[in-house]
Formats: sequence, C-alpha cells, structure tokens
Amino acid sequence: MKPHRRKRLSIILFIASCLAVTVGLTLYALRQNINLFFTPTQVAMGEVAVGQHIRVGGMVKAGSVQSRSDSLEVSFLATDYANDVRIHFEGILPDLFREGQGIVVEGSVGSDGVFQASRVLAKHDENYMSPEVKAALDAAHVETPGYQQSAAGLPDDS
Amino acid sequence: MLRHRDINNLLPDSLMIPELGHISLILTLCLSVMLATLPIVGAARNNLLWMNLARPLAAGIFVFLSMAVLILAYSFAIDDFSVSFVAQHSNSMLPDRYKLTAVWGGHEGSFLFWTFMLSAWMLAVSIYSKSMPLDFIARVLGVLGFICGGYTLFMLATSNPFDRVVPLAPADGADLNSALQDFAFIIHPPTLYMGYVGFSVVFAFAIAALLSGRLDAAWARWTRPWANVAWAILTLGIALGSWWAYYELGWGGWWAWDPVENPPLVTWLLGTALIHSLAVTEKRGVFKNWTVLLAILAFTGSLLGTFITRSGLLTSVHAFASDPTRGVFILGFIAFIVGGSLLLYALRAPLIKSESGFAMVSRESFLLANNVLLVVACASVLLGTLFPMVYQALTDELISIGPPYFNAIFVPLMGILVAVLGIGPLSRWKETSTSYLWGQLVTVAMLAVGLGVILPLLVTFEFSWMATIAISLAFWIVLSMGRDLLNKCRNKPSLIQGLRSLPASYFGMQVAHIGVAVMVTGVALTSQYSMEKSVLLSPGERTDLGEYEFRFDGTVAVSGPNYIGDEATIHVLKNGVEVRELHPQKRIYLASSSPSTEMAIDAGFLRDLFITMGELKEGNAWSMTIYIKPFVRWVWLAAIMMALGGFTAAFDKRYRRFRVRDAQQAARVAADLQAAT
Repeated sequence: MKPHRRKRLSIILFIASCLAVTVGLTLYALRQNINLFFTPTQVAMGEVAVGQHIRVGGMVKAGSVQSRSDSLEVSFLATDYANDVRIHFEGILPDLFREGQGIVVEGSVGSDGVFQASRVLAKHDENYMSPEVKAALDAAHVETPGYQQSAAGLPDDS
Repeated sequence: MLRHRDINNLLPDSLMIPELGHISLILTLCLSVMLATLPIVGAARNNLLWMNLARPLAAGIFVFLSMAVLILAYSFAIDDFSVSFVAQHSNSMLPDRYKLTAVWGGHEGSFLFWTFMLSAWMLAVSIYSKSMPLDFIARVLGVLGFICGGYTLFMLATSNPFDRVVPLAPADGADLNSALQDFAFIIHPPTLYMGYVGFSVVFAFAIAALLSGRLDAAWARWTRPWANVAWAILTLGIALGSWWAYYELGWGGWWAWDPVENPPLVTWLLGTALIHSLAVTEKRGVFKNWTVLLAILAFTGSLLGTFITRSGLLTSVHAFASDPTRGVFILGFIAFIVGGSLLLYALRAPLIKSESGFAMVSRESFLLANNVLLVVACASVLLGTLFPMVYQALTDELISIGPPYFNAIFVPLMGILVAVLGIGPLSRWKETSTSYLWGQLVTVAMLAVGLGVILPLLVTFEFSWMATIAISLAFWIVLSMGRDLLNKCRNKPSLIQGLRSLPASYFGMQVAHIGVAVMVTGVALTSQYSMEKSVLLSPGERTDLGEYEFRFDGTVAVSGPNYIGDEATIHVLKNGVEVRELHPQKRIYLASSSPSTEMAIDAGFLRDLFITMGELKEGNAWSMTIYIKPFVRWVWLAAIMMALGGFTAAFDKRYRRFRVRDAQQAARVAADLQAAT
C-alpha cells in the first residue's frame, strides 16, 4: 500500500471508529432517556405501567389544589376535561402554576394510581400553551376555553 | 364602514408613523432584491457599474431597517397601543428601558431586530472590505442581500411588527412578559442575534468563493477575522443566556439542554470547528472543501435556530406563539438556501484542490480530530433536539429527550476533545515526531494527573472520578499551553522580548484555550459539588446546608413601578458568624397579574449562594429553596475568556498588513480592467 493511501485509510478508520462509538453511545443514551408523553385519559385508563418514567400534560383542575401548611407537599388534579389524574409533588411549584393553567409533569404512576411528580413545568408565557397540553386536550376533543384571550383581553389576531 | 374622520380619531397620537415603518420595510425588500441580483450578475459579466452598486445598496438597506427599528421603538416609547405588537408586549406602566427593549420582546419585533442586525453586518462588510477585489465583495453583499430579502419578505408576509389593531385600539397593553423584565433581557438577545447573524457573513464569503472559484489562502485570511468575531459574539450571547437562565428561572441550573438552547450551541460547535479549519486552510491550503462546507452548515444551524424558535414546534421556555404559516415559510427558505448552496458546493467542490499533504502525526491531524469531534458532538445534540419532532411525525406519539441523554454523549466527547487540545498546539505543521511530543508532554501529563488526584482530595477528603478527571484535564491544558509559550520564547534573549515577538492571534489562542480549562473546571465542580434543599421556614427559624446556616427573619411588603411583592430577609451564617444578608422577593406584576420570583444571590469566585421564595403558607411561613453552587461563575468566566481570545485573534495586525498589500494589488487589477474596457 502506498504511504498516502495508508495515511488516508487510517484517517478514515479513525473517523469511522469515532462515529461507531458515538452512534453506539447515542442509541444507548436515547433509549434510556425517551420520556413518553401521556394524556390524563390514557393514565386514567391504566395504559401506563406502574413506575414507568413518563410525562403527563393537562390543565390544573379548578379547586383541586391541596397543599399542606406544614410541609412542601402538594397534590392536585391534572385534567383534559374528560378524565383526571391525581398528581402528588413535594417541592416548590413554578411561578405560573395556577388553577386552570396548562402544566406538564414528569414522573411516574405509583401502585395507588397517584402520579408522583419529580418535576412540574408551567409555561413562562401565559398566552402560550405547550404543544403537549394542547395535544392532550385535542385528544379528549375539548375546546380550550378562553385560553388565547388571557391577560388584557386583546383580540386574537394571530 | 368607518369614515375617514373616524379613523383619524382612532389614531390620535402617532398619526401615520408606524406606516412609515411599514414603508421602510417595503423599501428594504426592494433594495434587497436589487442587491441580490445586480451585483452578482455584474460580477459574472464583469460589469463594474453593477458591481459598484453593492456598497450603496447595503448602506441603503441599513438606513431603512434602522428607521424601521427606531419607529417601532418610538411606538413603544409613546405607548401607541394601536400597533398590535406594542399592545401585546408593552404597558403604560412598563419602565422606559423595557419599553424600548420590548422591541425584541416578541416574535415580530425580534425578527425585525434580527434583520436589522444582518444589515449592520452588511454595512460592516461593505466598509471593512476596501482591500478585497470588487467582484468578490459584490458577490458577498449580493448573497447577504438575498438573505436579507428573504427575511424582509417573511416579515411583510407573515409577521409585520407594524400591524394595527383597528378600529378598537386597546386602552392599555398586555405588558411585557414579567420573566423578560430584567437587565439581561436588554443585552442577551442583541448579543445572541449579533453572533448568530454574523455567521451569514461567513456563509456569504463561502458562497462568493464557490461562485468565483477563488478559494485560496487569501480567501481564508479575509474570512478568518469575520468568523472569529461572529464566533466570539455568539459565545458571549450564549453565556449571557445561560447566566440569565441561572438567576432568573430559579432552579439553579445554567444549562438545561432546552430545545431552544441547543441550536445556538449547534451553531457554536460548528463555528468552533470552522475557525480551526480556517486556520488550516490559511496556513497550509488544505481542508478547503471542508471549511466551505462548515461555513454553509454553521449558517444552516443559525437558520434552524430561527425555525425551531419561531415555528412553535417544540416545547420550550423560548417558544414564540405558534403559527404554521411562519414555520412553512422558514422551512421553505431554509430548504432553498441550503439546497441551493449545497448544489453549488457539489458542482464546485471537486474543482478545488489541496495545496499540500500532511503526515499522520501533525498539527493538521490534531485539528482534523478537533473538527471530527466537534461535528460529531454537534450531530448528537441536533439528534436529541430534533428526534422528538421526527418521532412525533412518524408515530404521532409525543416524547421528550431528557438531559441525561445529552450528558451521556456530550461530556465524553468533550473530554476527548480537551485531551487532544493539550497536544495540538505543541505539534508542528506537516509532520511531528511522536518522540518529540512524548518528550514535551510526558511530564505535563504526569503533573496534571497528580494535581487532579490530589487537589480534590485535599479540599473535600473524598475521592470523586468526575472532579479528578476534570481537574486533570484542566491542568493538562494549562500546563501544555504554558509549555508551548516557554518553547516559543526559548530562543529569545529574555521572556519579555519573547512575549513581545509573538503575534496577537497567538495570545488569542492561549486565552481561549485556557478558557476551555476554566470551563471544564467550572462545569465539573458545579455539577459534582452543588447542594440544594427545599424547606418551609417560619420567621426566626434556621436551616443548615453545607457549611452554612440560614436564618429567616420574616418578610416586608415592597413595590416597584409595575409590581408589588414580598421581600424576605435571610441571614447567612458560617461557623456562627454572619457572612451575608440576602433578600429574595416574590413579585406580582400588576398588568398581567403574573407572579415572578426574584432570587437573592451572593455571588462569589469560588461559590454562589442563592435563595428563591416559593409560596406563603400558614403562620407567615414561606417555602424556600436554598442552593450552594461551587465554581458556577467559572462557566461564564470561561466564556468571556474564549470570546476575548476570539476578538484578540480577529484583530491581529497580520490581517490588516495583508489587506494593505492586497489593496494595492486590487487597485492595479481594477485599473487594468478599466483600461481594458
């Protein structure tokens, strides 16, 4: 083999081995870290295995938020207006967490059917609904009541 | 039907000023269309007049876009809520500095500002290019004009910031998102946009090179300062965003692998690969095709960022309101630009020849490794970002990819990159003997590993793999850079004289690389040793975290121009002695009645303490989260060092000296051309 060919071959082999290692790592890491998204209806119907790490999106049901006065535990219902799921969370809720507001929670369903959330996400823009919440409501065929006309009651011109 | 008189009543203050802004945009579009065609055709036909149109047209575009931005800012300043964009993103109570900067507080305005930034770069190119041949600069500005035209058309067609709310203008605006009412909002978006858009200049240089077939060392020299400056500004922009997220979003993180954080990172990684590849192209005349491809890809990265942010496809704190037509337009624009430039690349790249070869162990090889690692890292970030979108399109199921994925891939790749970084600068162009490198680096490596094992043990009395590896890698870079500096000065009579003889670009390289060492240290130590705790505290109560004790002394009511809130007093004690008093706030913004947490931070070189308030519970007790973040400032310090390195290298006088010589040559060529016609 000519020297420049050998050089080129070894460069190509180096790049290929780099790529192979990365592809392997990537696929492994991807498989470990995909969080599937479920709607409250799917959770209520028992489509989720106990302990599986998932995301659930929905609206915080009005009047459902119960928080303990002596600890950081809080519990509320996430709803797609067809079914509800009880969410349990220990920690500080985001600023924009409010009743009637869309949220996404990350965590898993316990054996008692209560969703133990490790994270609660609320949007930073109150005019904006996360695609996940919207998908959940669409799946349950619910109109989103008065969602766009928030804040100062501006006409929705978008 | 409204009669003329009624319309005048409805638009009392501003008269037709927003319409002037609209007209400015239309004129910008006209000028952009001219700029995208005439100079490029002129360059192909050797028509001096048409080529000479490029600079005045670029200046004209800059003037009209400046006018548009100023008019939008003016509409904000006078509270003209008949302009829909102003009504949605401002409020009469909003402080003036946020009224003016609310120009980039929403989709339409920020896109106008983005386009304005592009025109500023165009103006800069047309001024600081006196030495480049006219046909080259005509093509560069033509390509930029095309991009600018696309943006302006997009604005006029789907997102005009000057749209009015007629007939019933609201009495007051909806207010700027409270999370945006912050000092960082004034500086982060402009810096990020400036850096992002800077890569269009590099892209235009690459396309001009492909069009003219001129891809030589001179081309690389023209491109390098622009690429360095764009890269340095982008570095600062990303760091500012990270710093802002850290103190504003309140979860103590500085990077979340958020789908909108990732595209700037993708562009940054490609840009980093590009500035290194450009060095090889300039010095050795190899990697030419690769450099051009990287320039195209980096620009694609910046367009992709726009697409992801503005199409509403992904869930993110940054996502603007979604509108399918916008997404389709941007996607079409990306497809056209990328498809067109890759087609041109495919046609022209085979004609470009490398000017020399290099051996297996050489600086070229190490820079190649740098490029491969950066591009692979970039691809993995992109995969994680786009995978949920593709998955949804294929299976109709929604998924998200968590930070562990990104950490699992990105961190090892960067570890290898840093290991290579320690060797590359010491190696020589063309060929280096392994024994020479071994001789240079074996003591450096032993010292680095020794310090990496000992230092964390001395401070924490615990062994940690992450801290050991990170500190070893950081010392590996610092010591090998120091070794290189000593080598460079060895043959000079004194160290001072040695340092004086080195070019600015060398110091730029040193500073940026030591910045990498600082980054590695900051990232690893803050990830490894951070502590946090959520507690419920009544007034007078204490809690411990790490070596600190926190005492909550109740809250007082506070109010600002457009908010009211509670402010807590927390005394921080260390070994029973008070070291700090911290005042986190919980605010309610009046116009939107949205709550906002203002955390209190005690920033330090070695550690940050910070506290956020949750909510009021029974008996004046508040839920709070307390964080201790060691070395977190080093992350941003590192970014500043890298940016500083980029600027220093860009302003190396080597580029200017070269330009003067080349200017004389270009003048001769132009004179010859004129004589011929």
